[in-house]
Amino acid sequence: MSYTLEGRTGPWEIVVGLEVHAQVTSNAKLFSGAATAFGAAPNTQVSFIDAGFPGMLPVINRECVAQAVRTGLGLKAQINLWSRFDRKNYFYADLPQGYQISQYAHPIVGEGAIEIELADGSTKTVGITRLHLEQDAGKSLHDQHPTKSYIDLNRSGVALMEIVSEPDMRSPEEAGAYLTKLRQILRYLGTCDGNMDEGSMRADVNVSVRKAGEGYRTRCEVKNVNSIRFVMQAVEAEARRQIEIWEEGGTVEQETRLFDTARGVTRSMRSKEDAHDYRYFPDPDLPPLVLEQNWVDQLKASLPELPDERRARYVAMGLSPYDAHVLTLEKETAAYFETVAKGRDAKIAANWVMGDLFAAINRTRTSIAEPPVKAEYLGVLLDLMKDGTLSGKLAKEVFEAMVETGRSPGAIVEERGLRQVTDTGAIERIVAQVLEANADKVAEYKSGKEKLFGFFVGQTMKAMQGKGNPALVNEAVKKLLG
Amino acid sequence: MHPTDFSLRGAIEALNEGLISSVELTRAHLDGIEKLNPRLNAYITVMAEQALAQARASDARRAEGVAGPLEGVPLAIKDLFCTAGTLTTAGSRILGNFVPPYESTVSANLLRDGAVFLGKVNLDEFAMGSSNTTSAFGPVENPWSRANDPDTRLVPGGSSGGSAAAVAARLALGATATDTGGSIRQPAAFCGIAGIKPTYGRCSRWGVVAFASSLDQAGPVARTVEDCAILLKSMAGFDPKDSTSADVPVPDFAAACARGVKGLRIGVPKEYRLEGMPAEIGALWEQGLQWLRDQGAETVEISLPHTKYALPTYYIVAPAEASSNLARYDGVRFGLREAAKDSDLKDLYERTRAAGFGPEVKRRIMIGTYVLSAGYYDAYYLKAQKIRALIKRDFDDAFRTVDAIVTPATPSAAFGMDEKQDDPVTMYLNDVFTVTANLAGLPGLAVPAGLDRQGLPLGLQVIGRAFDEETVFAVGAAIETAADFRAVPTLRAGV
Amino acid sequence: MSLDTATVRRIASLARIRLEEEEVGRMQAELNGILGWIEQLQAVPTDGVEPMAGGGAVSLRMRDDLVTDGGIPEKILANAPDRQGGEGGEYFGVPKVVE
Ligand SMILES: [Mg+2]
Ligand SMILES: [Zn+2]
Repeated sequence: MSYTLEGRTGPWEIVVGLEVHAQVTSNAKLFSGAATAFGAAPNTQVSFIDAGFPGMLPVINRECVAQAVRTGLGLKAQINLWSRFDRKNYFYADLPQGYQISQYAHPIVGEGAIEIELADGSTKTVGITRLHLEQDAGKSLHDQHPTKSYIDLNRSGVALMEIVSEPDMRSPEEAGAYLTKLRQILRYLGTCDGNMDEGSMRADVNVSVRKAGEGYRTRCEVKNVNSIRFVMQAVEAEARRQIEIWEEGGTVEQETRLFDTARGVTRSMRSKEDAHDYRYFPDPDLPPLVLEQNWVDQLKASLPELPDERRARYVAMGLSPYDAHVLTLEKETAAYFETVAKGRDAKIAANWVMGDLFAAINRTRTSIAEPPVKAEYLGVLLDLMKDGTLSGKLAKEVFEAMVETGRSPGAIVEERGLRQVTDTGAIERIVAQVLEANADKVAEYKSGKEKLFGFFVGQTMKAMQGKGNPALVNEAVKKLLG
Repeated sequence: MHPTDFSLRGAIEALNEGLISSVELTRAHLDGIEKLNPRLNAYITVMAEQALAQARASDARRAEGVAGPLEGVPLAIKDLFCTAGTLTTAGSRILGNFVPPYESTVSANLLRDGAVFLGKVNLDEFAMGSSNTTSAFGPVENPWSRANDPDTRLVPGGSSGGSAAAVAARLALGATATDTGGSIRQPAAFCGIAGIKPTYGRCSRWGVVAFASSLDQAGPVARTVEDCAILLKSMAGFDPKDSTSADVPVPDFAAACARGVKGLRIGVPKEYRLEGMPAEIGALWEQGLQWLRDQGAETVEISLPHTKYALPTYYIVAPAEASSNLARYDGVRFGLREAAKDSDLKDLYERTRAAGFGPEVKRRIMIGTYVLSAGYYDAYYLKAQKIRALIKRDFDDAFRTVDAIVTPATPSAAFGMDEKQDDPVTMYLNDVFTVTANLAGLPGLAVPAGLDRQGLPLGLQVIGRAFDEETVFAVGAAIETAADFRAVPTLRAGV
Repeated sequence: MSLDTATVRRIASLARIRLEEEEVGRMQAELNGILGWIEQLQAVPTDGVEPMAGGGAVSLRMRDDLVTDGGIPEKILANAPDRQGGEGGEYFGVPKVVE
């Protein structure tokens, strides 16, 4: 059953397309040598080029181009060997040149696709229309002074990839899943850090509504939404607004709107409505961007494994589809898992990562990127279990000690003497003492109360402070009971 | 002989032989500027103290035996080139207080080679003009005057009017200039000096205030062809900071001046015979071709069929690019800001740009904005780009059979400061012979070749293949030798 | 194509150039003069001709991804007509922009 919103006149379908601005991961800006790091003091990461000074000229950063190509390849998209930069002309306080250098007519990446996963376990393909490179603008601060806005140009000229989807999404959930998946792919590729709260990923959300079987009705663009949750809310809020207009006999006007996160509604953005006429034309400072197929092939060959492929590989390793999905959501989790699982039982590794490790991360408020237990240590812990040095119970104890101290399992085992006892002679001596101290129970056992076997094992383990190898203890109890 | 009468090459030789110091040479020019600039208005900013300091440092370097190719040579810099720490106005009120913290690549190259900067010279506002009357710092006067009408003040041409007037009046041994549609060659011709617009990409545009990026090229003006060759050698070169800079070697242009023209095929485009062109210009053209034939060249009639469309094409392409290039002058980061008490941002922009730009700049921004606007792009801009391609193709075809092309440099001699001012299109016709080389990206050299009946200089133009300035210099030098142009303007230093 | 006064005003607004009422007519006449002259280009057959955008190189040169610039806020702000915030004004100031 597909998603609809109920209006007075019956169900409405939602049509959503997204334009995502993703900040390219690079040291320097797209056309200047100024740095891109987040959070620097105002106007300290600005060159004369970024500030639009007279006579300044752009020179393109190869890595930004490579990142766009990698992303295009990751989106299974067409890479255009010939692309071009155009100027988008408009006046704005944080646009120093009076134009944005962008790729309007000839983008570097053409059509591609993303497969999204939905909560009910189904998947859906969302088309990618294009990806192009462009400059970011500076930042205006409106709340610092009663009558003035402050302009910081640190972001001015930072490389962005604008990734445009087809209007293929039909629900807030699908829009959220698309953004989640896109961010996952970008992070796997290392082409964008996806930190939406730092503004490295923003979405323009195009929404329209329609009755079943209709063509497209007028859409509105909700600008610059900066979290996945807000995108989902904005889709629904904007769709409800449009349904109301249509149902009241009105007409939806095509316009750009803002999502008011506090009130959960969209509102018109009149300041940017002023006669949109961007007068695009080829930037005469920049000859066409011509790529060698060879170079694209090299980038393709060096591409990391992407989430879809990785998930499939994990399933092939014996993990459940669910575990494979969870472990591949973040590339850091997958990397952690791979380190633990290397040369070991994948299923056991997955259980430890998704169980004890995730719990420890939650408890200690850390992250998979800076985990409370190093992946290498968890791997060694699994080895110690496998070779019998640690029982499952001891292993949990060692794990907790690792979380507390950050030390290696070997060191903890040595220091706390947690090594499992596998010396059958020593075990049998303890078993003998236990049987001797519980002669009555031995008699009961021998008269047929076989349930008491567990009691003897337990007492032995207790006497050994849990360090007895369970299998050997079992064997010894069985042997001495005769 | 007065020190300001040296050719640039002559001055270098005199400096090398110890006949004169850079300080003496510089001081002589500064004295000339002090005397004549109040009338000519060629310099916007005179850098007297800095120039003398540079000259002293230069003399010291020479004494130590480390002299660059332009060691101690006093030059004028068009006020379109950003000079670190020195006011750079582009001839506009909007940059009237702008002090760039950086040095343009071309001027930095000249400093690297030992040059001394006398000051920043006047120009049409943002290099938009052919008469140097659009400058916010007042018009420049041509140091030449009509023999039969000495009181009428003449324009020096534009936009590099200050560069050409300063060099002609001996207020500099040479000057930097820029050429977007003829702004080096037309003023050079009007002032009786030489000037070359090199191939697009030969000189870096980094640090040069942009007018129309796909057409702008820096080049030198000087009193001889060889002096231009020496200056261009220093100014030119690959610059990684300019994506349109050509990564090609810079040859010894001065050596090419002595090559001669024997065996060269010289194209004579029939479309350049304009109706209504003064007979003297046609005669001078024919004379120039005869000189070349006398020296062993062959002249061939060629056709450049799209010539007549070059000027209107230019007046779409250049304003379109300019409308975008000049958007950065908005009163926020540098330059003039003009606002009312209750101005919002849009009003601030509009007042700043209305007060900061002169009428010609506004006109071109308006035209450029219009031809790029929604619904008109294809009819104007795209159409112009296609015709531009046809103009380039005309030249490609011609250069399959000829080695260089010779034409008049301008359709008239210098005109009076009050003439031709009413109608923009009439003013635009000044560039009719020069603009094709900009559209096709080719090198073009103006050489003084004779005088008209009123004693005003007239020039011929040599156009060459892309990156073949050497042939252009060879042909130009051959014309210069034959013309033996010795006339001097009435207003000049040292008299 | 001939511009009416409304179009002249719209273009001036797009270009952010304040036109006083009395300037509109003159500007209109000048622009129409230039546009009328340019009109002759429509007669040139250009079917199938590749437009020529720039004068020079056929492809972009790419630079390495190194931080070689920035860190010069004083120079960036030195020419600013209005500096705001911080000690010596670390931002460019403009009239408040309402979004
Ligand atoms: Mg958008
Ligand atoms: Zn964008």
